[in-house]
Amino acid sequence: MNGAQDMGGVHGFGPVEPEPNEPVFHAGWEKRAFALTLAMAMPGQWNIDMSRFARENRDPGEYLSMSYYQIWFAALETMLKERDLVSDDETVAGHALREPKPVARILSPGAVAQVLYRGGPTERETNTTPAFKPGDHVRAKNINPRTHTRLPRYVRGHAGTIERVIGFHVFPDSNAQGAGENPQWLYTVCFDGRELWGADGDPTLTVSVDAWEPYLVPA
Amino acid sequence: MTGHDHHHDHSELTETQLRVRALETVLTEKGYVDPAALDLLIETYEKKVGPRNGARVVAKAWADPAYRARLVKDATSAIAELGYAGRQGEHIVALENTPNRHNMVVCTLCSCYPWPVLGLPPVWYKSAPYRSRAVSDPRGVLKDFGITLPAGTEIRVWDSTSENRYLVIPMRPAGTEGWIEERLAELVTRDSMIGTGLPKQP
Amino acid sequence: MTHDHDHHHDHGSELSEMQLRTRALETILLEKGYIEPAAIDVLIETYEKKIGPRNGAQVVAKAWVDPQFRQWLFEDGTAAIGSLGFGGRSGNHLVALENTPSVHNMVVCTLCSCYPWAVLGLPPLWYKSAPYRSRTVADPRSVLADFGVSLPKDTEIRVWDSTAELRYLVVPLRPAGAEGWSEEKLAELVTRDSMIGTGLPKNPEDLA
Repeated sequence: MNGAQDMGGVHGFGPVEPEPNEPVFHAGWEKRAFALTLAMAMPGQWNIDMSRFARENRDPGEYLSMSYYQIWFAALETMLKERDLVSDDETVAGHALREPKPVARILSPGAVAQVLYRGGPTERETNTTPAFKPGDHVRAKNINPRTHTRLPRYVRGHAGTIERVIGFHVFPDSNAQGAGENPQWLYTVCFDGRELWGADGDPTLTVSVDAWEPYLVPA
Repeated sequence: MTGHDHHHDHSELTETQLRVRALETVLTEKGYVDPAALDLLIETYEKKVGPRNGARVVAKAWADPAYRARLVKDATSAIAELGYAGRQGEHIVALENTPNRHNMVVCTLCSCYPWPVLGLPPVWYKSAPYRSRAVSDPRGVLKDFGITLPAGTEIRVWDSTSENRYLVIPMRPAGTEGWIEERLAELVTRDSMIGTGLPKQP
Repeated sequence: MTHDHDHHHDHGSELSEMQLRTRALETILLEKGYIEPAAIDVLIETYEKKIGPRNGAQVVAKAWVDPQFRQWLFEDGTAAIGSLGFGGRSGNHLVALENTPSVHNMVVCTLCSCYPWAVLGLPPLWYKSAPYRSRTVADPRSVLADFGVSLPKDTEIRVWDSTAELRYLVVPLRPAGAEGWSEEKLAELVTRDSMIGTGLPKNPEDLA
């Protein structure tokens, strides 16, 4: 979606401000919000693409004014509510008010290390061949879906070069909508800085994105 | 419109704390989460998984040319050789810095970051200033980090838009000949593996 | 997690803060002699009471009854509208847009709030809002739906983004059943929204 999360090239945000000796978590609630989010992925009620969309799918003013884990937490509440796992009156009450919906599995302490170690690889098998090879000239399509996409606005319509064929990977644009994994060939595409930012752009700059085949046409 | 007064901010945090606590209670009561698992998740990323992992990868690449070759060819496997793998690092690509090319990694759309080798990302990496400027003004961003590169250095910025994760392999500092890997690893800063910093000098 | 404040925080201290700040700045500017209080009052009165959509309605009504004026209006909006005594600030370069049975015009300023003050007065809040500015250029029919307006599927929608000093005035279609009406009476059918493109003129039967 063309939301506030699509920030590449936006002006006005000011300097980057690293915090010296920054702690991993800035508050106790952040730790819990983090852990709840990871643990609630285990029942398999949503996938990572759905959770990314749930985070970005809000009023831009809200997105920009919320902290990182506030966004994570709000998205978690939304996804739980959408799937009838937890309802509004329960979050207000702070207690379960009705029986849980049955779920396939939950994360046990003994499984944590293994689950983290296994992660969620997105590469899939295929007999198809990639449409593009390294060195090919491509153009990023001008798509503007209201739903989840990973093609940032700053590259849409611009010409670039295939740097690398990454592999055949789950396609977030489908997966986030519950339309299936629909894996596609995934490429690293490089764009010249001046192609993206105009004649006054940094001549030493090259920017790449990882783009799935449906985002690209031959240039 | 200036900011809110100080204790209004505190009451917002308290509201968030209450909501998080409330949700954890509900989820626990429903049997969807096990509190011991939650504690383990927190401990893993607060204490166990962090940039020291990536520093070992880089140090090994500096000390061992055969490892560097494996890392460049298939970073996921080479990194897994050291025991680092899994969530948000299932597909890793190593980016070599050279005298002519400096690499920087960003996720403009959210905060994608190679957890198994660097741990959780710092706030600045996830912030609007970094996400907006890294792709359009990386030299300006490097200045915010106190770094100026030669005018002719090529800057390659990698926007992590897929599950592919990037680890920058900074250049080995001079004056470290013959150093063992453990000692080399101490020079490798987290920021040098993102591309917003350079390794320490001996 | 919304950025909600509790109710009296919003109405209490935030509005008061703006009141205090504007009062403070006005005092300073006056004390420094940069502004004259009477001039401030005239500015406010002008745009609160004197200049408004009734001006544009007059222009539209004349275009409905007077074919020569209509032609002049579309050829040189600034001059034609100027002949009625309207012009000046945010009305120096006016372009009239003709609605037809097959083309519907809508005006927006995605970048800020540019609006033909001289004929419509100051813009309403919704015109300056993020929802209008963001959606009109991408999905005008959904914006029209928000206004309760539904156009035939094959009507062409022309959206004009006011990115320069040109200001646009939509001339809506004359409603049926108002034949022979005087300009004054016709002007009563012309709504502000119909001159922006988010509304249609009233029908004769809507006038009491």
